[in-house]
Amino acid sequence: MPDNLASQKKSSVVKDETIIKIENLTKRFGKVAAVDDINLEIKRGEFFALLGPSGCGKTTLLRMIAGFEVPTEGKIFLDGVDVSNIPPNKRPVNTVFQSYAVFPHLSVFDNVAYGLQFDNISKSEQRDRVMAALEDVKLEHLAERKPDQMSGGQRQRVALARALVKRPKVLLLDEPLSALDAKLREAMRFELTELQDRVGVTFIMVTHDQDEALAMACRCAVMDRGRLMQLATPSTLYEFPANKFVADFIGSVNMFEGKLILDEPDKAIVEVEELGGKVFFDHGVLGAEGGQIFVGIRPEKIELIKRTKDMKKPQMEDSPEDCNVFAGVIDNISYLGSESIYEITLDNGRRMQVSRPNLSRWDQEDFTFNDEVWLGFHGDSPVLLQN
Amino acid sequence: MSKKPQRAPLEYSKSFRLRAWIAGVLLFLYSPLLILIAFSFNDSKRNIVWKGFTFKWYVKVFENDALREALFNSLIIAVLCTIFSVVLGALAAFVLWRFKFPMKGLLESGLNLPIVVPEICMGVGVLMFFNKIHWPNDLPWPISLSQIVIAHITFSFPFVAVVVRARLESFNKELEAAALDLGASQWRAFTDVIVPHMTPGLIAGALLAFTLSLDDFVITFFASGPGTITFPIKVYSMVRFSVTPEVNAASTIIIVLTLIATAVAMKFQDTSPNKENA
Repeated sequence: MPDNLASQKKSSVVKDETIIKIENLTKRFGKVAAVDDINLEIKRGEFFALLGPSGCGKTTLLRMIAGFEVPTEGKIFLDGVDVSNIPPNKRPVNTVFQSYAVFPHLSVFDNVAYGLQFDNISKSEQRDRVMAALEDVKLEHLAERKPDQMSGGQRQRVALARALVKRPKVLLLDEPLSALDAKLREAMRFELTELQDRVGVTFIMVTHDQDEALAMACRCAVMDRGRLMQLATPSTLYEFPANKFVADFIGSVNMFEGKLILDEPDKAIVEVEELGGKVFFDHGVLGAEGGQIFVGIRPEKIELIKRTKDMKKPQMEDSPEDCNVFAGVIDNISYLGSESIYEITLDNGRRMQVSRPNLSRWDQEDFTFNDEVWLGFHGDSPVLLQN
Repeated sequence: MSKKPQRAPLEYSKSFRLRAWIAGVLLFLYSPLLILIAFSFNDSKRNIVWKGFTFKWYVKVFENDALREALFNSLIIAVLCTIFSVVLGALAAFVLWRFKFPMKGLLESGLNLPIVVPEICMGVGVLMFFNKIHWPNDLPWPISLSQIVIAHITFSFPFVAVVVRARLESFNKELEAAALDLGASQWRAFTDVIVPHMTPGLIAGALLAFTLSLDDFVITFFASGPGTITFPIKVYSMVRFSVTPEVNAASTIIIVLTLIATAVAMKFQDTSPNKENA
């Protein structure tokens, strides 16, 4: 699969060295495995995201890297050293907590300086490092403030400065943007990636928000029920999901169960009963032998063509006749400003989602409720998935 | 039609009937105290007719050696009781908040027992306990106060535990994790982060223990040896002969002390940092 898509290189500081290596890591609480036999490697300088629905084990994994949980099985190596059983106060890893956990009785300066008192450095150097860290997060003018006089965004910066001033080998961020309002969240996305680029520290972020992970991370690990479902760059996750879970979790997708009827090295055809037709792939599909297979197609990769009575079924230019084109009726439209999402009911009753960007200020009305349409997509658009 | 602006459904404070009711309740609650305080300034030997304003009963209170001694005893007992109650109560609250262990529920409700058990039962129990273990009755002052101090601690420290426990409930556990994460030891995390959060509860609990001890009569009555006397007991013995304005003055002093302690306690509860978990 091509991994040369744009938007890959989000950080200029990634090095091809492993900073964290996780080996067969398992954490059980009673009989439940919160983290189930995970293996992964994180590169030095990377902005890495652990992504998954709530309860998928991403936070437990983060807490094990921080040292707040001891693994049941497996090992965590930090810079080649096994840290699995080292307590959090002895690990060169620092955390930005979800609630920020800024000490309420200390000023901003004292909050940031707190961790340095354990690091055997002179008072004057402590001072310099605290001020430098506050500058990094643009808070140098608020050093004497108390946390209760600050906004949520400012408190988050204090938490960032407090963790970064320790010069950790890895910075952990637990749902860093979840407590901010929408506008600030978007601004902080850029700021966090810029900050990461500037300080060059490896960031590991836990999030349940796929937009956040896709926008910020160099690579994401998608987790479900304690297991690693896929580890890839954001664009690979979206365009080449490894399984049904990832396809479903990242973005929206129209998913159909199907039967492989043609499987050749350079093309494939899947019979999809729910669509009442065939789906053509202009590339070979691998690893599809046996078991249930599914066809996924993203809403923005489907074209809409107006359909009039007695009109002959059109043909997609790169697909054989009678493949990848289906008839339906527009049922519902959600207008989202930059794009519109069309809910379309196929002739056999199955619903599909199609999205179209609103490119022009004037042509937004060209599809409307109850319009009869053809849905078509190219042979490189659908993706073949397994459970 | 009336020109009076209509009252909105939730503006209860504008209702005349409700205001009158509140005034009645307050009058019922506080008129005995107000009368007691007023007559402590009455220039008459009897507590019935107002004859004029005077401070002489307060002077008399301070010239009364037995009463002064009793007040001094009470203050010593209250201070000792406060110190021990705060330490024990805070530890109990912390253990119950932090740890899970078998029979925890039993311990928790057992701890609250001294709050709900009638004082008279506690008093009899204390008396029997000290008798059974043959606690010496002829100890020199101030060690002779130890029985009362011990009895006071047993009923005061659960109050401290309850207040501190409630305070700990609002503690954001990520604060402790953050301290550990930044390099602090468990002990440093406790003293640097948890104790500052507990402080308002500790102060409120201390003042509660202080006032509880200062004005306790029933349990003290049973626990005190023959030679020791505390302020409430002395006042009671004075009342047995006749209620002179001297008793009023002495009671007023206790009321003022209690009010100051309560006001300080409330102030500390108010200024506790509330926004820290946001």
